[in-house]
Amino acid sequence: MSELAAADDDVPGGTAPGDEDSAYPTLGAAVRSYLIGLILATLLSGVSFYLARSTLVWAPSIPIALTVLAIAQMGVHLVFFLHITAGSESVNNLMALAFGLLIVMLLVFGSLWIMTHLNHNMLPMDAIMRMQR
Amino acid sequence: MSVAALAEGTAGGRATAGSHGHEDLKRLVVAYGFWIFLISDIIMFAAFFATYAVLTDSTAGGPAGRDLFQIHTVAIETGCLLLSSFFCGLAMIGARFRKSLVFHGAMAVTFALGATFLWLEVHEFAHLVGEGAGPTRSGFLSAFFALIGCHGIHVTAGLLWLLTMMAQVIAKGYRVDILRRLLCFSLFWHTLDIIWVALFSLVYLVGVAR
Repeated sequence: MSELAAADDDVPGGTAPGDEDSAYPTLGAAVRSYLIGLILATLLSGVSFYLARSTLVWAPSIPIALTVLAIAQMGVHLVFFLHITAGSESVNNLMALAFGLLIVMLLVFGSLWIMTHLNHNMLPMDAIMRMQR
Repeated sequence: MSVAALAEGTAGGRATAGSHGHEDLKRLVVAYGFWIFLISDIIMFAAFFATYAVLTDSTAGGPAGRDLFQIHTVAIETGCLLLSSFFCGLAMIGARFRKSLVFHGAMAVTFALGATFLWLEVHEFAHLVGEGAGPTRSGFLSAFFALIGCHGIHVTAGLLWLLTMMAQVIAKGYRVDILRRLLCFSLFWHTLDIIWVALFSLVYLVGVAR
């Protein structure tokens, strides 16, 4: 595979997602990348689980803190496990991901926005039941 | 030099010097295509997730997340999936450096951890249904079972794919096409773990913290 890594520069469009050949040429470097990812992800997960039950933090801030920690951990997974980085050789992978995230955001926040407005403007459920009778 | 000879020359040149580059390009295109598929899979999960987020409070007088979720189980599930993602990475390194013991050992550990995750999830579902909190109880529970169940089905498919890849490596060796499939499998498995990060944080932990 080492000669494959050497030929990477000739391929238009950079590296495949998940391919670690060019970035981590030796076995040790490759294992180290996954180990760093594992340690960081464990730390972030641990903090998340701790925060969810803790009374140390102002309660309304916990969902936001958990969201931030989740996004951070997903970033760790992307960089250390999937090897999607901001480098120029993986820009195509990153652009596809960015577009996907745009759709995800539109889908989730759009749904929440519309549905909370609908709930807000709708009669309470018991009032509707009374009208149907 | 005639045009025909020139064309033959370039075609011949590409066939000999470019055979390696061709495999490289194919690996790149296949992995990129699979990456696009995974992103569309993430978008599908986002649709399930949006449904869940809209329906979290629609408990119809039934139990809410904080009454049902067992955080200890979720913590073990999270550990299993995170470690399995790590061992999947080790298996890919084993395949890359042709260390069969590392590859098969790490794949077996990945399978065991994935299967443990799945067993815990099935156990949790059975427990919920037994408590009368099945998917028919409320809108919240329908959305919950759909979202978490969809991830569980993905993990099941991933486990079957994992066994297939172990068998293919045993039967066919580290051929270029097998390595390409292995790359796709590892992308799939890591993506399932990323989706689980969103699920355990925003479904279970936020559900308990509310």
